Amino acid sequence: MTEPAVQMSNVSKRFGSVRAVDDVSLTVESGEVVAILGPNGAGKTTSISLMLGMRNPNSGSVRLFGLDPKDFRARSRIGVMLQESGVPGMLRVQEIVDLFRSYYPAPLPRSEAIQMAGLEEKAHSLVKDLSGGQHQRLYLALAVCGNPDALFLDEPTVGMDVEGRRRFLREIAELAARGRTVILTTHYLEEADQLAQRVIVINHGNVIADASPAAIKSRVAGKRVIFSTTSLLADSLFANLPLNSRHIEDHRVRLLTNDPETVLRELFRRGVVMHDLEVAGADLEEAFVAMTHQEAMA
Amino acid sequence: MSATAVRRTTAPLLPMLRMQFYAEFVKLIRVPAFSVTSIVLPSMFFAFIGLGQAKDPLFPGAHVTFGAYFLASMALYGVANVMVLGFGISLANERGQKQDLLMKSTPLPAPVFFTAKALSALVVAFISITVLGLFAAVAAGVQLTASEWSTLAVRAMLCSIPFIGLGFALGYLSGPNSAPAVTNLIYLPTAFASGLFFPLRFLPGFLHQIAPYLPLYRGAQLVWDSVGAPTEGGSITTDWLYMAGYTVAFFLLALWAYRRDQGKKFN
Repeated sequence: MTEPAVQMSNVSKRFGSVRAVDDVSLTVESGEVVAILGPNGAGKTTSISLMLGMRNPNSGSVRLFGLDPKDFRARSRIGVMLQESGVPGMLRVQEIVDLFRSYYPAPLPRSEAIQMAGLEEKAHSLVKDLSGGQHQRLYLALAVCGNPDALFLDEPTVGMDVEGRRRFLREIAELAARGRTVILTTHYLEEADQLAQRVIVINHGNVIADASPAAIKSRVAGKRVIFSTTSLLADSLFANLPLNSRHIEDHRVRLLTNDPETVLRELFRRGVVMHDLEVAGADLEEAFVAMTHQEAMA
Repeated sequence: MSATAVRRTTAPLLPMLRMQFYAEFVKLIRVPAFSVTSIVLPSMFFAFIGLGQAKDPLFPGAHVTFGAYFLASMALYGVANVMVLGFGISLANERGQKQDLLMKSTPLPAPVFFTAKALSALVVAFISITVLGLFAAVAAGVQLTASEWSTLAVRAMLCSIPFIGLGFALGYLSGPNSAPAVTNLIYLPTAFASGLFFPLRFLPGFLHQIAPYLPLYRGAQLVWDSVGAPTEGGSITTDWLYMAGYTVAFFLLALWAYRRDQGKKFN
C-alpha cells in the first residue's frame, strides 16, 4: 500500500503539433484527494487518459499503483467516470451494475453501489430511459461498484442539477473519508475547494500550480474592471497600479486586479473619464491567464 | 499466483464471460429491429417464396423438393444475416456511442468481450434456424430425416463462423450511420448471387463466373448437400476448404480493423 496511486515522470503527449501534456511530473499518494483544475483544452482529460493507460505518452513514464496502467491488476483497483462515454441503453440499471461488478475481484454488493449513486428507484429501468443527471449517477455506480482503491472522475458533475451535484459531492467526500484516492478534473474552483486537499492547476499542458485549495484561491481572487473611455489613455496613467493584467482595445479597457478599490480610486485621481464601468469577479479563464503570467514573471 | 495471496488481484474470467454473454444476448434480443429481422425474416422469406411450391421438385426430374432446397438456403441466409448485420451494425453503433471508451478503462479483457459477443450471436442464429425449421416442417410440410435435420443445423452453424469475422470487420470499418447501408449492400446481393433465393441455373450467366468465389456460395453447397439437394458441382471438401480460408481471412481482416480503430482512439 506504500506505492503511490499515480506517478507521472516527465510525461509528454502530442496530438499532431499540439502539446496536450508537456513534460509533466506529479505523484498522487494513496488516500489523497486531488483536483485537477484548468480551462477547456488545458490537458486535463489527456492527463487522466494517460494515468489510465488509455493514451500512450510520447515520452516519460506513467505508473498506476506501481504497475503499467494497462495491467489488469492495476485496472482492477480503480473506478472511472469519463466524459462522453456511453453505456448500452438496452440493459437495465441493475444488469449493467452486475456486469461491471463481474470485472472486479472484490466488488461491492449490487444494492450498495446502486444506493451510493441514489438510483434505487431506477434499478429496474432501462439505461436508455434515464435522464442526463441519472446517467451521470449511473456512471458513479459503475465507477464505485468494483470497490476501487482509487477513483478517477473526469468532469463528473457536468450535466447535474444543483441537488444532484450536492449529493454527488457528498458521496465523493464520504468515499475519500474512507481512505479512497480520488482524482477529479473540474473547471469549477468551488468544487475543487469543497473536496480536495490538493489542487493541481494545468494550462497548455503544463502544471502551473500545485497547492492547497486555500493557496490557489488567494491567487485567483482577482476582480475584473471594465470601462470605456472617450480618449486613448497613455500608458503612464496605469503606472504603479496593482494590476494582474491589462487589455486595451480601442476605447474599451479590461483590467484584472486583486484590489479594484485602489485601482479605481487612483484612476479617478489621475483624471481618467470612464463610462460603462463594470466590476465583476474574474472568471477562471482570466484567473488562469493571470496565474500563467505570474508563473512567467516569477 | 502465489499460495499466500489473501485476495485475488483480478476477477475470475469464467463468471466474467458468463455475465458478458448474458449482457450481449439481452442487448441483441431487446432491439426488435435486430431480433425480429434475424429470427423472423428467414421464415418470412420461406413463406413468401417457398410455401407455394414447397412440394414441387426443385427442377423437372429432380427428386429434391423446392421446399427442402429453400429451407437449407434460408437457414444459411439466416445465420449469416445474424453475424453480418447483427455484429456489423451493433458494433458500429456501440462505437458511435463511445461505449468502448468506458469498457477500455475496466479490467475486462478484449478476448472475453469478443467471445461473449460471438456466443450471443451464435445463440440468436440457432434460434433463427430452429424457428425456420419448425415453420418449414409445420406450415410447408417439408420432410427431412433426423440425420438430415441435424446435419443441416450443424453445417449452417459452422458456416456462420466466417461471417462472425466479417461482421466484426464491418463493425470496425463502417460508421454507425453507414453500417446498415454498407452491410445490406454487401450482404443481400451476394446472397442472391450465391443462389440462395433461386438456383444459380436460373440466374444470369455472368454470376456463374463470380459465384464460386463468394463465401455464401460455398456455404450453400454445404447446406444443400446436407438435405440431398444437388450442389453446383465439385466435391464438398473443396467447399469446406474455401470456408476455412474465408474464416482465416475474415478474422485477420477483423483483427486489422480492430487494431486500426484502437490505434486511433487509444494511442
